Amino acid sequence: MAVRVQFENNNEVGVFSKLTNSYCLVAIGGSENFYSVFEAELAEGIPVVHASIAGCRILGRMVVANKHGLLVPAATSDSELQHLRNSLPDAVRVQRVEERLSALGNVVACNDYVALVHPDLDRDTEEILADTLGVEVFRQTVAGNVLVGSYAALSNRGGLVHPKTTIQDQDELSSLLQVPLVAGTVNRGSEVVAAGMVVNDWCAFCGMDTTSTEISVIESVFKLNDAQPSAITSTMRASLIESMS
Amino acid sequence: MEYISPENTLNANTRVLCCQCAVPIEANPSNMCVACLRAHVDITEGVPKQATLFFCRGCERYLQPPAEWIVASLESRELLAVCLKRLKGLNRVKLIDAGFAWTEPHSKRIKVKLTVQGEVMGGAVLQQTFIVEYNIQHQMCDDCHRSEAKDFWRAMVQIRQRANNRKTFYYLEQLILKHKAHETTLGIKPNHDGLDFYYATESHARKMVDFVQSVLPIKTSSSKKLISHDIHSNIFNSKYTYSIEIVPLSKDSIVCLPKKLTQQLGSISPICLVNRVTSAIHLIDANTGQVCEVSATVYYRQPFNAICNPKQLVEYIVMDIEILKEHEKKHFPGQGQVSNKVVVADAWVVKASELGLETAPIHVRTHLGHVLKPGDSVLGYNLCESNVNDANLDKLDKNVIPDVFLVKKHYGEKAARRRARAWRLKHMADDLYDGSSANEDYNDFLDDLEEDPDLRQNINIYKDANKLAVDTDELDPAAPRITLAEMLDDLNIEDVEMSEV
Repeated sequence: MAVRVQFENNNEVGVFSKLTNSYCLVAIGGSENFYSVFEAELAEGIPVVHASIAGCRILGRMVVANKHGLLVPAATSDSELQHLRNSLPDAVRVQRVEERLSALGNVVACNDYVALVHPDLDRDTEEILADTLGVEVFRQTVAGNVLVGSYAALSNRGGLVHPKTTIQDQDELSSLLQVPLVAGTVNRGSEVVAAGMVVNDWCAFCGMDTTSTEISVIESVFKLNDAQPSAITSTMRASLIESMS
Repeated sequence: MEYISPENTLNANTRVLCCQCAVPIEANPSNMCVACLRAHVDITEGVPKQATLFFCRGCERYLQPPAEWIVASLESRELLAVCLKRLKGLNRVKLIDAGFAWTEPHSKRIKVKLTVQGEVMGGAVLQQTFIVEYNIQHQMCDDCHRSEAKDFWRAMVQIRQRANNRKTFYYLEQLILKHKAHETTLGIKPNHDGLDFYYATESHARKMVDFVQSVLPIKTSSSKKLISHDIHSNIFNSKYTYSIEIVPLSKDSIVCLPKKLTQQLGSISPICLVNRVTSAIHLIDANTGQVCEVSATVYYRQPFNAICNPKQLVEYIVMDIEILKEHEKKHFPGQGQVSNKVVVADAWVVKASELGLETAPIHVRTHLGHVLKPGDSVLGYNLCESNVNDANLDKLDKNVIPDVFLVKKHYGEKAARRRARAWRLKHMADDLYDGSSANEDYNDFLDDLEEDPDLRQNINIYKDANKLAVDTDELDPAAPRITLAEMLDDLNIEDVEMSEV
C-alpha cells in the first residue's frame, strides 16, 4: 500500500521521515497532519516517533536506520539521543557516529541485510554500520551518483533507483542486494527517489505530486499490493454468506 | 544489415515509465514523454498569439514603434522584422524559425508561423511551433498627415520669365539638371510663366535661389506667411515664398537701350542684339562689333525691353558682302570693348520671299561678316516694317534705326536639322513641354546649342540612341554640329525579362 502525503506543502517526504520495519521517525512539524497520516497507517504495528536531529527537521537525510538499529550523526544532542532510545523498541540499537559526511541518510542506502554506501565513507563508520545495523556493506554508486542514499530507496522486497541507472548497474546492484530493482521516479518525474518517498516491507509513503503511474511502479517493485485480503473476505466469506442467507 | 552502436543499445535499455502516461521512455530531466511534456508545459505562454500592426494607407508603410514607418511588401523580410518586434515575450524563448502563413491579401490579417525552443523543468529543451495572428489597423503616418493637411511644403521658389522669348528659361533648366540643384525639392509644378519648386525647409529654397542668382541675371523677392505660432516658446511656423524673376530677354532678341544706359556702356548703339544671357546680359552692336555686358543690378535700375523676338525673324539672301576695312571702322574716345570674334561687314540682302522680283537689295551693316558669303541665307529682323511700341525706340532718331538687322546665318530647313539631331537633353518634368509654341521655342534653343559652343559647355548633352542612323545628306554640310565627344552616354537601366522555366 503506497500513500500520498505532504509535509507542510512539501512533497519531499523522505526528508522529513524515516521508515523501517520496526519503527518510524517523523519530524516535528507545525501541524500534526503529516504525523497522523503515518500514525493511521502504522500505529497498530510499529511505533511512530516524533524526533529531531541536531534541532533540525530533516532527519530522514541525517540518519540511517533499519529494523536492527539506528545511526545518528555526531551533531545529535544528548537529549535527542535519549529521547530516541526511550521511544524506540529495546531491540533497536541506537548509535552516534563521528563521520565527516554527516548527512548519513544521503550517503547510505540500506535494508535489513545490505547497505550501499558512499565510496568515500570512513572505515570506522562502515564498521559501526555493519555492527549496529547488522548489514553487509558495499561501496557503490547509483547512475554515477555517489549519494546512494538519495538516489536509491530500498526495502527487503525491492528497490527503486535513479531513472538514469543503466541495466548493467541495476543488475549489479540487484545481485548485491538480492532484491529486484527498477529505475523510476517519484513526485511527477523527480529523480531523487529516496527524498521523495519512504518505504518498508508492507507500506510506502510518497509525495503528493506522485502520479498514479509512479505509484503503480512503486507498489509493484516493493510488492506492496500483494497483501492478502483479511480472512473475513476470503476464507470466511462463503460460510458467512451461506449462514446469512 | 545495419550497424547498431553499443551506446545506442545501452540507451535503448535504460527506460523508465513516463510519469504521466506510463509509456516507456528514455530517462530525461523531466522524466516525461514528449507528448505529456507538451501537454503539461506551454513554452509559448508568455508570447501573445495576437497582435496589432499599424499600416498607413497613404504611403503603404508599417509603423515600427515608436515613430518609424517602414516600407514592406507582404511576406517580405522587412515585414517579418516588423512583426517579430511587435511580440513582447519572444526574448524568454529561443526563436528557431519564423515565416508567413498565407492569408488573403485583403483580409487585413497576417499570420506568422513561429518555431521556438524553450528550457523546461530542469534542462529539457522543448521545441514548439505556433501561429501568431496580426490584425492590421489603419493609421495615417505623420508625413501623410501633413500632406493631407496641405502642410507638406515649407518653402516655395517661383521662377518666372515674363517674355515671349523663353530660351533663357530652357537654359536654366539644363543648368539646374547639370548641377543637380533640384535634388532636395519636394515637387516641381509648371505654372503659366515658369516653374514652382517646393521645399521642406527654408534653407533648401534659399540654396536654390542662390544657385539661380549665380547663373542668371534675376530679381528676387521673398515673403512669408504665418501658419501657426506658440507664444510660450516663441516658435513661429511660417511658409516662405521666394519669387525669382529672370530678365525678360533671351538670345537673338533685339533691344533698344535707354540713352543714359548707352552712355554708361561705352556709347554703344542703342539698337543691340542679345548675344547671350549668362550671369549677365551680353549685348552686341552690329554696326561696330562693340560688345557690352549688362548685369542684373544695372538692368533692373534701368530696364529695357526686347523690340523684336525670334518669331519675327525673316529670311534674307545675301547678294553681296564686303568686309569693312580697318580705316572705315568708327573709333571714338570712350568706346567700349570691340569684339574680335566677329567681323563687321557691309551686306546687300534681298528678302528670300522677294527673290527674283526686281527689287533693289537692301544695304545693311552686320557683324556676321565672318560667316556670310554671297548667296547665303540669313535670318534678320525687318525693323523698318515692324510695328514696335517701345518708349526708348520712339525717342531715337529714325536715321539711327537700321532697316534690317541680321541676326544669324540660316542653315537650311528646321525640320531637317531636327531630324538629323543625334542628341537630346534631359528634362525635369516631361509634361512641361507639350504646347506647340513652346515646342518651337525649344527647338530654337536646341539650334542655338548647336551653333554656340560656349553656351553648351555648361550643360549636359546626351546621345540619342534612336537618332544615330539618320541620313544627313539633305543638310548643309556647313551647318554646325555637336561632336560625339561632347555627348554623354545616358545611364540606361533595363530590367531583362526572365525566361519561363
